[in-house]
Amino acid sequence: MSSATVAADTESRAPKRTSRPQAQRADRRTEKMIYGSISVIVLLAMWELLTALKIEPSILLPSPLEVVRALGDMFASPTIWLDLGASGGELLYGFLLAAVVGIVVGLAIGWYRRVGYVLDPFVNFLYAVPRIALFPLLIIWLGIGLTSKIALVFLVAVFPVLISTSSGIRSLDPQYLRTAICFGASDLQIFRTVALPGSIPFILSGIRLAVGQCLIGVFVAELLGAQHGIGMLMTTAGDQFQTATVFAGLLIFAVAGVLLTALVRRVERHFDAWRL
Amino acid sequence: MTRERPTTFAASITVEPHANSAHQEFEADVEHLCADGVSITYRSGTRLESTVLAIDTMDFRVHRGELVCIVGPSGCGKTTFLNAVAGFLPITGGRLELEGKPITGPGPDRAMVFQNPSLLPWRSALRNVTYGLEMSGLMRRKPAEKRARELLEMVGLDDFIEAYPNKLSGGMQQRVNLARALAVEPELLLLDEPFASVDAQTRETLQAELLRICKQTGVTALFVTHDITEAVYLGDRVCVFSSRPGRVICDIKVELSTSRDPRSRRSAAFIAYIDEVAEALVTGSGNRGRDDNEPRECR
Repeated sequence: MSSATVAADTESRAPKRTSRPQAQRADRRTEKMIYGSISVIVLLAMWELLTALKIEPSILLPSPLEVVRALGDMFASPTIWLDLGASGGELLYGFLLAAVVGIVVGLAIGWYRRVGYVLDPFVNFLYAVPRIALFPLLIIWLGIGLTSKIALVFLVAVFPVLISTSSGIRSLDPQYLRTAICFGASDLQIFRTVALPGSIPFILSGIRLAVGQCLIGVFVAELLGAQHGIGMLMTTAGDQFQTATVFAGLLIFAVAGVLLTALVRRVERHFDAWRL
Repeated sequence: MTRERPTTFAASITVEPHANSAHQEFEADVEHLCADGVSITYRSGTRLESTVLAIDTMDFRVHRGELVCIVGPSGCGKTTFLNAVAGFLPITGGRLELEGKPITGPGPDRAMVFQNPSLLPWRSALRNVTYGLEMSGLMRRKPAEKRARELLEMVGLDDFIEAYPNKLSGGMQQRVNLARALAVEPELLLLDEPFASVDAQTRETLQAELLRICKQTGVTALFVTHDITEAVYLGDRVCVFSSRPGRVICDIKVELSTSRDPRSRRSAAFIAYIDEVAEALVTGSGNRGRDDNEPRECR
């Protein structure tokens, strides 16, 4: 951070004509950071001011400080780790299952035309149905425990991965295929050396979308009945008008979402050169 | 370009390199690629009757070690013909043989250099050059990489062996593309307007490099272009195709006394060849009219 600021300083002193792109980029980053931070701070200050004026009771809108306090209370309680573990487990297992199944089935659909023909109706049907509406069915089939929740998370997350994987394979640049065929590559070789690496950027964007869907899945699954979990915590707090706690739970979800998405985005950027 | 390159590659190539000028008699006129009355039609629409005759009963020979350039008006079927030789397209009539064996599909004995470099973006320059060897299983990884290094040196990319395509300029990518095609030691190198999308200066450099490489490796090459100067500069022979349906209307043996360097492009003989080719292109007739084009059998 500090080095970036230094770079920006030397940059602003140098004449604009000779600016190197790298320094310019560092300059942009610092600028983005400053403006972003200011906007967030201003919003929080306005929020705090609004609540301090007591226009609305704190049951409707707790102040940011109250939310932080609620968050502290949350983490002071011994059950928080159970809740985090439950939500994290649902997220992790559901997501992993969705990623594996989504990639494998997506590759099969994209690569084998006939597999696509067979599976497309089901994919289209399930994709069109609001998948959260399937949760009552999942509870009937799988019970109220962890399994049905993982199943819901899987169900909402699998389609983004599956659909972008198969469209990645289907939209492969024909020039690469032609090159491979020209060198006498077998189908398996073409798959391994062209189709698979060529669709990785698509798979990753699918995964990034899936992460967001997973968080929705976790929350909804816990909303409709759970023993532990952040979503359950928020629901209970909401029922008791502990609005600050609801906000604290929301914050946990938001932080998880931002961090995971940023992580995937970083991996994605690594493979940017693969989209030529 | 002027540097002496290691000769290991040239020595290992299946076709003997030519010791002196490339414009000599070619291995006692051994017919390498032989097209006898070849016709190619393709369906242009969904209806059965809407077929287009792209190549009409064409006779065409390429001798071993020759660099033959094909020029013709756009849409005359020169790329179609090249694709048929590469094995991408079936012929609908006649015979098309390479070294006496009919061409039925793509194979490692022919390598294609497309106008678009089409390097795999997820492979370094080195691994792009080894690609053909990996796919055809001709070589194990270590010797394949050794040869790829030699070839990348030969095309002047010593410093970019580990670079990925997105870090290479268009001209550099085309050099890698050429090295990749040469790596499989093809009997016939097929080039489809390979220098059409690079800038003029790079094109001249690449043309000179191609000449040097062809001389060094003795590879036989079929070069499609729409640039007459390029064709005369590179080709041992220049074949002019008529507009569709394509057939050879003019077959000119280019015999330039001096070794070809960029200066020879301004010599009177060079310009005379260009005029001859241009004349054939404009009038649509040349030294190989329909009449004296009696069918010959492949030897």
